[in-house]
Parts: sequence; structure tokens; C-alpha cells
Amino acid sequence: MPNSTGVKPSSGSMLTDPKARALLFQVLSVCAVVGIGWYLFHNTQTNLAQRGITSGFAFLNNTAGFGILQSLIEFAPTDTYGRVFFIGLLNTLLVSVLGIFFATILGFIIGIARLSPNWLMSRLAAVYIEIFRNIPPLLQIFFWYFAVLRAMPAPRDSLAISDVFFLNIRGLYVPEPTMTVAFWPFAFGVLLALGGSWELARRARALKITTGQEFPVFFSSLALLVVLPGLSILVFGKPFNWTLPELRGFNFVGGMVVIPELFAITLALSIYTAAFIAETVRSGIQSVSHGQTEAARSLGLRPKHMLRLVIIPQAMRVIIPPLTSQYLNLVKNSSLAAAIGYPDLVSLFAGTVLNQTGQAIETIAITMSVYLTISLTISFLMNIYNKRIALIER
Amino acid sequence: MTTHTFKPSLPPPSMSVGPVAWIRANLFSSWFNTLLTFAAIYLIWVLIPPAIRWAFIDADWNGTSREACTSGGACWVFIKVRFWQFMYGFYPEELRWRVNLTVLLAIVGALPLFLKAMPKKLPYGLAFGLVYPIVAWILLFGGMFGLAEVQTSQWGGLMLTLVIATVGIGGAMPLGILLALGRRSHMPAVRVICVTFIEFWRGVPLITVLFMSSVMLPLFLPEGMSFDKLLRALIAVMLFEAAYIAEVVRGGLQAIPKGQYEAAGAMGLGYWRMMGLVILPQALKLVIPGIVNTFIALFKDTSLVIIIGLFDLFNSIHQATVDPGWLGYSTEGYVFAALVFWIFCFGMSRYSMHVERRLDRGHKR
Repeated sequence: MPNSTGVKPSSGSMLTDPKARALLFQVLSVCAVVGIGWYLFHNTQTNLAQRGITSGFAFLNNTAGFGILQSLIEFAPTDTYGRVFFIGLLNTLLVSVLGIFFATILGFIIGIARLSPNWLMSRLAAVYIEIFRNIPPLLQIFFWYFAVLRAMPAPRDSLAISDVFFLNIRGLYVPEPTMTVAFWPFAFGVLLALGGSWELARRARALKITTGQEFPVFFSSLALLVVLPGLSILVFGKPFNWTLPELRGFNFVGGMVVIPELFAITLALSIYTAAFIAETVRSGIQSVSHGQTEAARSLGLRPKHMLRLVIIPQAMRVIIPPLTSQYLNLVKNSSLAAAIGYPDLVSLFAGTVLNQTGQAIETIAITMSVYLTISLTISFLMNIYNKRIALIER
Repeated sequence: MTTHTFKPSLPPPSMSVGPVAWIRANLFSSWFNTLLTFAAIYLIWVLIPPAIRWAFIDADWNGTSREACTSGGACWVFIKVRFWQFMYGFYPEELRWRVNLTVLLAIVGALPLFLKAMPKKLPYGLAFGLVYPIVAWILLFGGMFGLAEVQTSQWGGLMLTLVIATVGIGGAMPLGILLALGRRSHMPAVRVICVTFIEFWRGVPLITVLFMSSVMLPLFLPEGMSFDKLLRALIAVMLFEAAYIAEVVRGGLQAIPKGQYEAAGAMGLGYWRMMGLVILPQALKLVIPGIVNTFIALFKDTSLVIIIGLFDLFNSIHQATVDPGWLGYSTEGYVFAALVFWIFCFGMSRYSMHVERRLDRGHKR
């Protein structure tokens, strides 16, 4: 196309055309990646053939032949490697869920204490945060496991908390609930109360928007939650029977036992992650500018409403994304359980099963893909959430 | 005419200034606050005095064996006896000056980078980054210039921890920067490759990566080619960290205003010059705190090499605590390990905060 001066822009060679260059570069980089991939694949094939390892996932149906320290579902040494995988996965999820639960509670308490107007409290919280987030989680796990729990007394001299909880070298013994016939009415009562509270909250919001009248949602929900399950207990009896652990001979009988490995890793990960969550909470609350507080105050909001309607919604927007990444870190850190022999996914599958079968590539690939799936799912959900709550400006 | 003279103003009420006022405002401003104060004092009372008694008052400091530990407190003799092993691992005693020299060179060489008045920081930093690893390798491994060879299996202790952490981050930097640039590239194929790489490594725990390096890497390599254990771990750590560095650098790239790119383009700079001369120098400066934080995370994560049997600081200490001659002193060992890690991590996090504050041009209320 001739331009105003009538001079044709130099078409030049292919090499100076940005589009052609971009295409060339992309083709080259794809070729490089494919080439490296093929090279590795080829080497692996040769190596496997030489060592006489057959690849494939058929080994998952073979008999495992070893016992597992803790499993949430039934397991016998005659079960397959496939079942071992599920037990590992469940144990990993158990640690993650327990860790997330305790870390969140502890983290929020410490994060809020960090902002407390009480100087001593805020200093204490700061000391906690600075100590625990600067010590490797693995070291903390080892400390709790080897230095504390392995040094506990034998079952006979257990540390007892009001004869209900017992802590000894074999773990933490807690009462075990068993369901009775009255469990289902009880569960139904709880569900009904939850549904009722939700409906109540919805109606109360609608009422407030149309008429401006307040309705005591919190107390009425609380009443529902107490009355309905309470009624079912009165009518049908106790929903659970608690079996207390009891010392017989050299060991405890009855009750549930939290094995020391699980106890150590849950404790260490909760304490470690709580330090990070506390910082997240602190920075989230501090990110709400002071002007917001002042504006809320000048509108005449009470401190209670100011927190609930102005500060917390804005702080949550800042807190939730880093909070999820802390949760993800906790899930990934739960793999450290392998170091103290807790039967999680890594220790069972990438450890024991790999050693027994020699299927290195398959086991590592399966293990990695589990963590990848968890991470990618959570970050996908996070992106959706972020889009939903992002501030819409102009 | 008489002039009116003001009387000198009265001092403020004694309750509203000085320590008394501070205590009232910060510790006893309301009943809840008072309650918190007492709770905090109780916590401190429960935790601190026993800890001090254990660690200092009742502790044993002198001696050469466990017989010296009689007073019931901490047995620091254990740490004292093993101290040099915790620092250097099995590095031959008469050659330890080489490790010391390597550390000294690092400190002396990196010092100018922290001076504000230093001119030509970037070329100097690049040159240092290229020359120092070679010098360090020659000094630590030897086998050249008349230096006796020290196999990597003899490396250990804090020295190995530092080697893994610095090589990990140093090796990850160039790859991480390339990945960050690739992720923001306009070429879809490049972008997809980089995003896949980054998300893969960020999605898996380091422990599985180390497992992979020890059992899968030998399968990937052609016949007869084998790496030593440390090198395999280093490669794994580098790839893993590159993904994290890439995300940090991407944050910096996103913070550079579009005008900078447009201005560089208007000057007629090509892509690499634009990045090298205009964008990256600004972006990298912004992400120093982020990189330091990644380094802290890596420094803590080096303790995971226990899984593949390398004797870093933590594993040396752990092995010492299960030594039959010193059974029962694991608390002392872990407390010492925690202290060393803590000093490094806390120091670095303070530095990163300091840089952040210096870079922060925003306004605070």
C-alpha cells in the first residue's frame, strides 16, 4: 500500500517481519520442548527395557502385602495397591482438613490479637508469628514427634485430662462416639435448624431492605439450633454413646486413638500455618483504610455494625486469596508426614509402593497429579471467586 | 498602662502523661483490656521462667561427654561437642579454611551491591554472579590448582544448607526471569509452555520433586550418564524455585506502567533491549523483597533433603540426636537447629521489610 510520500515501505526479508519472526520463534520453541520431551522419553524407554521394568498401571491390582499404621477405611495386607493409594489419599486429606481447621482458628485469633489495642497481647502475638514462621515446618514436626510425643510416658503413667483424654507414647486416646437409633432424628433436627436459620436470615434481609426493620437473626437462629436437636434428644434419647478409653493391663481399650504421627503433624502444621494466616488477617484488616472507619463512624454506626457491615466485608476481600494459598501450602506441606512415617500419600505411595514395585514413574506421576489436581482446582475456584468479588470501578 | 501577663501554664495532670498514662491507655483502658493484660501476664509467667531455667540457669555448658550433664536442665555440651560437624558436615578438618574463604569471598563480593553510593551496580552484580560460582566450586570441590578434591558426599551441615539455598535461588533466577517474560509474551505457544511449566512446579510439593530427582532422573538420562546425589537435588530445587521466582518477577513486570513499554518501543528498542535496558532493571528492583521471601522459603525447605539422605544442617543435627551416645538430648538439638534457621530467616525477613519500606512511595495515613 503506497503511503503519503509515495514510497513503498520496505517489505524486507522474512526475518524482519514481526509476524513471521513470532511464528518462527514459536515453532522453534515448540520444537525444542517436543525434542527434549522425546529425548527424555526415549532414554526412559531404553532404561526401563534394560532394567526389565514393565511400565503401565497394572501393578495397581497386585496385592500389597504390608500393613498400614492408620487407615480410615478397612484395609488388610491382602488388599491391592490401588486401595493403598486411596488410603494414602484419605490420610493426606485428613491431615489437611484437620490442619486447615485448627490453623484457621488459631490464625484468626492471633491475627486479631496482633491488632489488639492491648500492648502486651499484640506483642505476644508478634512474638508468636516471628518465632513460628521462621522455623522450617519439618523441624517443627520433628520436634513435636521426636522430642515431645516420643518422650511421653508409657500407657500406665499417661497424662490424663479429667479421665477422659489420655496422652501417652502410643498417642492421644479420646472417647469414641457410636451412633444410636436416636442419631437420625438428631441429625434431622440439626439440618432442619440450619435450613431454618438460613431461611430466616434471607427473610430478615428482605424485611430490612423493604421496611428497614431489624430482626434478631442471630439469637433466633441460636434458639432454633438449641431447641430442635434438644427436642429430638428429649424424645428419642441420646444420639451418641461415648465409649471412654480405659486402661487394661498395659494398654488402653475403647475410645479412639490419635496416633502420635498424626498428632505431631497436625500440631506442627497448624502452628506453622497459623503464623502465616495471622499475618494475612492482620494485613487484611489493616488494608481497610482509616477513612472507611471514620466514614462509618460519622454515619452513626455502632462499633458492632461498623465491623460487620464495613470493615469485615472489605477485609475479607483482601484476606481470602492469600488465605487460600496458605491452605494450599498446608496441603502441600502435609507431604512432610513422609519424614516421620505417617502413612500419607507420599509416604505410602511414592515411598512404600514405589520401593516394593519399582514403578517409579507411575507412582510419582500419580502422586504429583493428585497434588496438581488439588492445587489447580482450588486456584480455579479462587479465580472465579476473585472475579465475583473484584471491585468494579467505572 | 499595665500589661497583662499570663501565669505559667499548669503541668498536665499526672495521670495523662508519662508511663502511668501509657499503661492506662495500653493495658487497662477497659475491663476487657484489663482481662487481656492479666491473661498475657499469666501466659508469660507460665512460659518464660521455666524456659529460662531450662536453657540457662539449670543448663550444663562444660564437658566433653554426656556424663557432664547432671543438673537436669539443657545439655549444651551435646551441641558444643558436635558444633563443627553441624557447621561443616564431614568436610575434612584441615581443609575447612576453604569453606570459610568461600563464605568470606561471598560477603566481600556482595557487599558493594548493598552500598547506596556504588556506581554501576548492575554490571558489577552480573559479573559477580558469573565469576563467583566458578570460584566457589573450585574452592569447595577442589581437584584443581593443587587443591585436594573433596567429594560432595563429604559436604554437610550449615555449609550444605547454604550451598543448596544459594545455588537453588541463583540458578533459578535466570530461568525464572525467562519464564516470567514468556508468560507475558504475546506469542500463544510460548505463553502456554511457560504457564504449564510454572503451574506444574507450583502445584506439587517439593518433597515429591526431590523423590522424582532421586528415582526418576536416573531413568531420564542416557545410559552411563549419572549425576551425583547433590547435583540431582540441586537441579530439582532449581526447577522448582524457577517457577516461584517467575511468579514473583511477573508481579514486578505487571507493576511497570504501560507507558514505559511504549516509550521504549518509541525509542526504537527491540524486545530484548527493551526488557534488558528499560523494563527489567525497574521490575527486578521492585521484586527484591519478593525474591528475598522466596529465598527464605527455600532456605527453610532445604531441610527436606533429609528425605533423599543428604546431610544438611537439620539432618546432621537429627542424626546426632539418634546417636546412641547422646540419646535423650533431641530437644537441645532441635532447639539449636531452630535457633540457627530462625536467625537466618528472621534476618532476611527484616532486610526484605527494610527494602520494601525504602521502595514504598505510597502515602500512609
